[in-house]
Amino acid sequence: MCLGIPGRIVAIEDPEIGLATADVGGVRRKVSIQLLQEEPGGGPGIDDWVLIHVGFALAQIDEQEAAETFRRLEAIGDPYREELDELASSDIE
Amino acid sequence: MRFVDEYRSPDIARGLAAEIAELAGDGHHKIMEICGGHTHAIYRHGIPDYLPDNVELVHGPGCPVCVVPAGRIDDAIAIAFEPGVILTTFGDLMRVPGGQGSFLDANSRGADIRMVYSPLDALKVARRNPDRRVVFAAIGFETTAPATAATVLRAAAEGIDNFSVLSNHVLVGPAIQAILDAPGQDLDGFLGPGHVSTVIGASAYEFVARDHGKPLVVSGFEPLDVLQAIAWLLRQRQEGRAEVTNQYTRVVPWEGNRAALRAIDATMEPRATFEWRGLGEIPWSALALREEYAAFDAERHFTLPGRRVADHRACQCAEVLTGRLKPWQCAVFGTVCTPENPIGTCMVSSEGACAAYYHYGRLQLGRDAHAAPVPSP
Repeated sequence: MCLGIPGRIVAIEDPEIGLATADVGGVRRKVSIQLLQEEPGGGPGIDDWVLIHVGFALAQIDEQEAAETFRRLEAIGDPYREELDELASSDIE
Repeated sequence: MRFVDEYRSPDIARGLAAEIAELAGDGHHKIMEICGGHTHAIYRHGIPDYLPDNVELVHGPGCPVCVVPAGRIDDAIAIAFEPGVILTTFGDLMRVPGGQGSFLDANSRGADIRMVYSPLDALKVARRNPDRRVVFAAIGFETTAPATAATVLRAAAEGIDNFSVLSNHVLVGPAIQAILDAPGQDLDGFLGPGHVSTVIGASAYEFVARDHGKPLVVSGFEPLDVLQAIAWLLRQRQEGRAEVTNQYTRVVPWEGNRAALRAIDATMEPRATFEWRGLGEIPWSALALREEYAAFDAERHFTLPGRRVADHRACQCAEVLTGRLKPWQCAVFGTVCTPENPIGTCMVSSEGACAAYYHYGRLQLGRDAHAAPVPSP
């Protein structure tokens, strides 16, 4: 749960409550972008990379940082795979 | 991906190592890191092998699962056995031993404790089970507190009346303060945490330099990030400065994430005191729900046993969490206490110093090797 996982925003589902779909290492799941919105409808857009903690995007990052983070997470091994499994089981609305 | 390799170049690492050795001079430098991610990076990449003998890295209480006292686990389990309750929590907490076993043990005795990825998943469990009382056992530093806060705001907006939070959220600043205030403290500087700082900002640590005269450098997680942050700390020491600087500007803003801080502030307030495993009671070090959100506060819905539970007699997590012992110096490390059968929280969580050392210790066969018998996992 302490692992921040990079995701690429692929769809904005509900701009008012800040619900988006992110692609996280090939897994697509809904995440909240509301904590990156200074006003409703603001925040990251399609193709932006974000760092996701427990279903919430907390920081916008660039593609290079996302690639480095993926590489580091893969090196961590089991805890990362567990985090991805938990993310895959997530179905927020 | 050439740019990725630049963060791991052995040539640059050796250059930084030489710079660190020069900056370190003849003095001794004891640097504490307070982030489970850094603990991992340090062991995984054998960072101590790049450092001269007079630059010592020690681990602080950077793992929120590790500092949760056993009594709070028992409190959550007591709630889980109340009629109609579904307790939800992050996977990391499922195996943490309380005074009477873990959440997994409670499930084998008939409790309904479910693992969720996000507090928003816990809220969904509440929506889908209107006849049950759904409690989210929340844990984490300011990295996860905004998620809990935003979920409470969402529950309030939707008028969901069968959802509540048992908050075990802790604050990183007061933990650093407690370490700095501890008698005999002899630290020379800090590697500032990475992801928690995206929320609170590098500016949140200014008291470390201002009030305690210690430098702090917020660091990224790549091996070169950590080495560069150490070099920055030593340069400050050499020049007689103590400042807070941010090596991890590509992710951490100076002022933090304002929307996340607003969500926390709207729903939660600091508790007068909270018990930390290994550190004892620390004033203003944890978050409880505000009165305005009492309807979502499990502590107001349920009577908690609230008992203090002593740690296992042989467990030395307290010493490990405060940097007084290295993981392998604990009497039960790797023998009685392993990731498969953990006695202490430092071995339970993959972010704990003992678990990280257990997994990666063999990669670090440097100067500590003679003092560090590493078992086969």
